[in-house]
Amino acid sequence: MRAFSYERVSSIEAAARAAATTDGAKFIAGGTNLLDLMKLEIETPTHLVDVNGLGLDSIEATPEGGLRIGALVRNTDLAADERVRRDYALLSRALLAGASGQLRNRATTAGNLLQRTRCPYFYDTNQPCNKRQPGSGCSALAGFSRQLAVVGVSDACIASHPSDMAVAMRALDAVVETVRADGTKRSIPIADLHRLPGDTPHVEHVLERGELITAVVLPKPAGGEQIYRKVRDRASYAFALVSVGAVVHPDGTGRVAVGGIAPKPWRDEAAEKELANGAKAVAAKLLAGARPTEQNAFKLTLVERALSAVLVEAKG
Amino acid sequence: MRFDTPAATNPIDQGKVIGKPIPRIDGPLKTTGKAIYAYEWHDPNTRYAYGYIVGSAIAKGRIRSMDVAAARTAPGVIAVVTSDGVGELKKGKYNTAKLFGGTEIQHYHQAIAVVVAETFEEARAAAALVKVDYAEEKGAFDLTAAKDSAIEPEGGGDSGAGDFDAAFEAAPVKLDQVYTTPDQSHAMMEPHASIAAWNGDDLTVWTSSQMIDWWRTDLATTLGIDKDKVHLMSPFIGGGFGVKLFLRADAVLAALAAREAKRPVKVALPRPFLMNNTTHRPATIQRIRIGAGRDGKITAIAHESWSGDLPGGGPEVAVQQTRLLYAGANRMTAMRLATLDLPEGNAMRAPGEAPGMMALEIAIDEMAERLGLDPVEFRIINDTQVDPENPERPFSHRNLVGCLRTGAERFGWQERSKQPGARREGNWLIGMGVAAAFRNNLVLNSGARVRLDREGVVTVETDMTDIGTGSYTIIAQTAAEMLGVPIEKVAVSLGDSRFPVSSGSGGQFGGNCSTAGVYAACAKLREAVAQKLGFNRTDDLVFADGEVRSGDRRMPLAQAAGDEGLVAEDLIEFGDLTKTHQQSTFGAHFVEVAVDVATGETRIRRMLAVCAAGRILNPITARSQVIGAMTMGVGGALTEELVVDKKRGFFVNHDLAAYEVPVHADIPHQEVVFLDETDPMSSPMKAKGIAELGICGVAAAVANAIYNATGIRVREYPITLDKLIEELPEIS
Repeated sequence: MRAFSYERVSSIEAAARAAATTDGAKFIAGGTNLLDLMKLEIETPTHLVDVNGLGLDSIEATPEGGLRIGALVRNTDLAADERVRRDYALLSRALLAGASGQLRNRATTAGNLLQRTRCPYFYDTNQPCNKRQPGSGCSALAGFSRQLAVVGVSDACIASHPSDMAVAMRALDAVVETVRADGTKRSIPIADLHRLPGDTPHVEHVLERGELITAVVLPKPAGGEQIYRKVRDRASYAFALVSVGAVVHPDGTGRVAVGGIAPKPWRDEAAEKELANGAKAVAAKLLAGARPTEQNAFKLTLVERALSAVLVEAKG
Repeated sequence: MRFDTPAATNPIDQGKVIGKPIPRIDGPLKTTGKAIYAYEWHDPNTRYAYGYIVGSAIAKGRIRSMDVAAARTAPGVIAVVTSDGVGELKKGKYNTAKLFGGTEIQHYHQAIAVVVAETFEEARAAAALVKVDYAEEKGAFDLTAAKDSAIEPEGGGDSGAGDFDAAFEAAPVKLDQVYTTPDQSHAMMEPHASIAAWNGDDLTVWTSSQMIDWWRTDLATTLGIDKDKVHLMSPFIGGGFGVKLFLRADAVLAALAAREAKRPVKVALPRPFLMNNTTHRPATIQRIRIGAGRDGKITAIAHESWSGDLPGGGPEVAVQQTRLLYAGANRMTAMRLATLDLPEGNAMRAPGEAPGMMALEIAIDEMAERLGLDPVEFRIINDTQVDPENPERPFSHRNLVGCLRTGAERFGWQERSKQPGARREGNWLIGMGVAAAFRNNLVLNSGARVRLDREGVVTVETDMTDIGTGSYTIIAQTAAEMLGVPIEKVAVSLGDSRFPVSSGSGGQFGGNCSTAGVYAACAKLREAVAQKLGFNRTDDLVFADGEVRSGDRRMPLAQAAGDEGLVAEDLIEFGDLTKTHQQSTFGAHFVEVAVDVATGETRIRRMLAVCAAGRILNPITARSQVIGAMTMGVGGALTEELVVDKKRGFFVNHDLAAYEVPVHADIPHQEVVFLDETDPMSSPMKAKGIAELGICGVAAAVANAIYNATGIRVREYPITLDKLIEELPEIS
C-alpha cells in the first residue's frame, strides 16, 4: 500500500470539490473493495476523501411512488428494509446472495455499483492487464477465463462485473443521482452508468472526476414475481458464474438482467420481448454476439438453463 | 523402549482416560485468544522489526539484477536482504526448490528478497519498490503435454504380481479408464509465519511447524550454522495439512533479516503467496484397468499415475493404495514423473491415497456397474486379509468389510436407486455414492520426557506439535492413564526443540506415535516411582487415583517425587512389525448429493464415514479430524483446483476468494462412526492414524453419488457444473 493523505468531509459539495482538485484522489465509503486493492497496489490513490460523514444513509419514498436510496445505505440495511423486501424483493434477494454478513454490514449502495472486477489477472500485479495497466495486454484471453465475461467484451478485456446488487438495480430500472465537482446534479439511468471495455477497459463508468453518487432511485414497484437466481460453485461466498434477476408478470411479460457474463449488468429489452417464447429465445437474443473463450463457453448454456428454471419458478 | 512384538495387555487397556470423549484441554486457551501463534509472540521490551517478502514475478529464469535503492530509502526501512546479495545457500534435506539465495528462479513467487522496516505497512510498501531485471526462460507447465516425457522416478515405483496383461486380456468384464486430479492447495487458516531473534550466534525462532526437528535441522543447514545453535518453538499451529512439514521461506527470511537488521524480525507469508511460494498437492493423470470374472472377483488390476515436479522432486504416489486395497492375483502399478517448472509439489493430507482413491474408487464404482453388482458388495467380494502382492504378509488388522456393512445399514444404502438419474425431488436430482477409505499407517520413532512433582502433577515435554488435531489432549490422557492421575493433574508442553524429538505431526502418524513415546517415558517413570517408593514386586503394581498399589500396600504417587521431582525420558523405537505385517487404516464413506437439474450445481445432503483405525484415543478429537477431512474431501470433489496458467507458469487463483474451499453452507450433516477395535501391532497404544483416512475416498463417493443422481460420469476433478451441464436433462 502506498502512503496517502486522508480527509473527512462534511458536505457533498466539499467532497466533490476535494476529489476533483486533488490529483489521484478517491472517495472511500465502506472500503470493502478499495482497501484490498490498495494493499495489493492495484489502486494507488494519493488522497482519500472519506464520505461516511455525509449522511446519505436513509431510504425515502419518492413522490413518484418509488424509493430514493442514499448512497451510503449499507447493503445489510438495504436488504432488510421492509419496503424493499415487499416491493423490490429482487433487490433484497440479490443483496443477500452477495459477499458475507460482515462485508454487507460495511459495503454501501454506491460502492457496490462501482466495485471492480475479480479477474485474477487484475489482482496479480506481476501479470499484464489492460484494466490495471493500460496497454500491457490481457492475460485472461489466453489464460484462466472460466469466471469471466462472454458478452460485451473486447480484445482488450474480458473482465466481468462482480456485483449481484447491480443486476437487480438494472432489472428494476434504477437511476443513479450524482453531484459533480461544480455542484451540478445529474441523473444517470443505471444502463448508462457502466461502460463496456472497448479499447479502454480501465475506464469503467461515465462518472467524471470528483463526481459523487448521492443516491440510487428506484421507480415505483414493478410488481410481478421477483426472482434472483445466482449460480455458483459453492453455496455461499462466491461470485456468480451466472446470475439471473427477473421480474415476471402473470401474463408472461417481464424483465431479465443477467450477472456474471458481462463487464456490466446485462440486459436487453429486445430479448425480454421473447419471454413468451421461452428461455431459449430470450437467451439467444441476450447473448447475441457473445465471444466466449473455451473455458467460459458453458455460460451460454448456463444462462439459458438458469433462465428456464427462473421462468418455471415464476409460474409457481 | 523397543516395540518389536505385538503389544500385550497394558495400562492403556484400562480405558479410564484413554478413549474417553474429553474436550481438548487447550480449547479454553484458543477460545479466549490466549493460545499464542507464531506471529503473535510479543515481548513488550523487544522492538520487533517486520519483514515483507518479495517473490519472483516469473516462473523460470535468472535474476540479471535487482535495484533496491528506492526500497532502502523508503520510510521506515531498516534493511533489504536480496537473493543475489546473499548468494547461494545450502538447501535443506526436505526441500526440493531452494527457499532463498542465488540468482536462479525455479518457480513463480519464489522468494527473492525480504524488506525489513519498523512497521509491517512500511515493509510492504517498500517491498513494492524493489525492481528486478529478469532473464526469463521457457518452462514446462502443462502435465498433459509433459506426460510422454515422464520417466520412472528415482527409486523405482513399479510393482506387480502374477501376469497382469494376460489376465486382463482374458477377463470377461473389463474397465480401462483415465482419471485426472488437479493441483490442490493446503489453504490452512494460519499462514506461514516466523519470528527470528539472534543472540550472538544463537538463533531463536518462533514459527508454525509440524515437524520441529526437521525444520531445525534444515534451517541450520540452509543458514550454514550448527544445529545446536538453533532453538525453535511452535506450540500452537493454525493448521498445516502438510504444507508445514518442511522448512519454509518465512523462517529463512526472518533469520536472515534479523541478522541483517540486528533486531528480532517477524515475517508472515501473505495469503497470495501460499499457493505459489510453498508446496501443493501435485496434479495427476491416472489410468486404471480392472478385469474381473462374472462372479465379481477381480482377476487383474493395474493403476498407473503420472505427475510432475521440479527437478529433484518426487512423484505423487497415487497408486499406493491399489497395491493393497483389493484382492486379485494379477496386478501392476507404475508411476511416472515429468519435470515441471511449477512450484514444488509435496505432501498434502494423505499424499498418495487422497488423489489415488479419488480415481480408484470411481473405477471400482464403474466396474461394479459393469458387473451388475452393488458397489458395496463388489468391494466386499474383493476384500483381502493379506497383502495381495505378498500373500504371506497379513494385514495387522483389517475390517473394511465391517465399515462397508455398518455404513450401508446406517446410511440407508438400500434406498439408493440402482438406476442412475432416476430419483428426483423438485428441481433436484438425488443420488447416493459410496467409496472405501484406505490410508496406510506409518510409524516414526517418538520421544518424550515426563516429570512428576511433589504436588503429584505430571508434566510431559516433547517436541510433538498440535496442528489443531488434539495432540495436547491425547498426550495428557496417555500420561493420566499410565500414572493413575486425573487429567487435570497433567501439564503438556509441546513444540519446542529443547524437548525430546518426537514423531511430529504428519502422515496421520502423530497421534499414535507421539502417545506411544509418552507411553514409553511413563513406563520408565513408573519404574522409577516403584523403586523410589520401595515396591519390590512390580508385576502387580497399579497406578490409580493418585496412588501406587501393590498387594495391600498403597503409597501416594506424589511422594515418589520428593523435593527435586522425578524425571524419566524415553523413546518409542519401532521394529519390524510394519515389515512382517501390513498396517493400514480402513473406512467407508457414504454420501448423498442433490444436483440442480437446471444448473448442475451439486450440493451435499448427507455424509457418513465409518472408520476402523485401531483404538480411538479420544472420540471427540478423532471425530473432529474425520469431519474436517470429509469437508476437505468435498472441496476436492467439487471446487478445489489450483488453475495453471500454462503460458506464464503459475497458479492463477492464488487467494481464498478464487481457490474455493467449502464454506459452512456447503457442508450438511456429517456423521462419523468408529468401529470398536484395537491393533496390537501398531504400538503399545494399539491405535492407528485417523486424520488422513477421513479424506481418502470422500471425493470419489461424491463423484459416484453425482453419477447416481444424474447418470453423468465425470472423471476429471473437480466436478464443477460446466462438466455436467451439457448432459443434464432438458427442462421446460
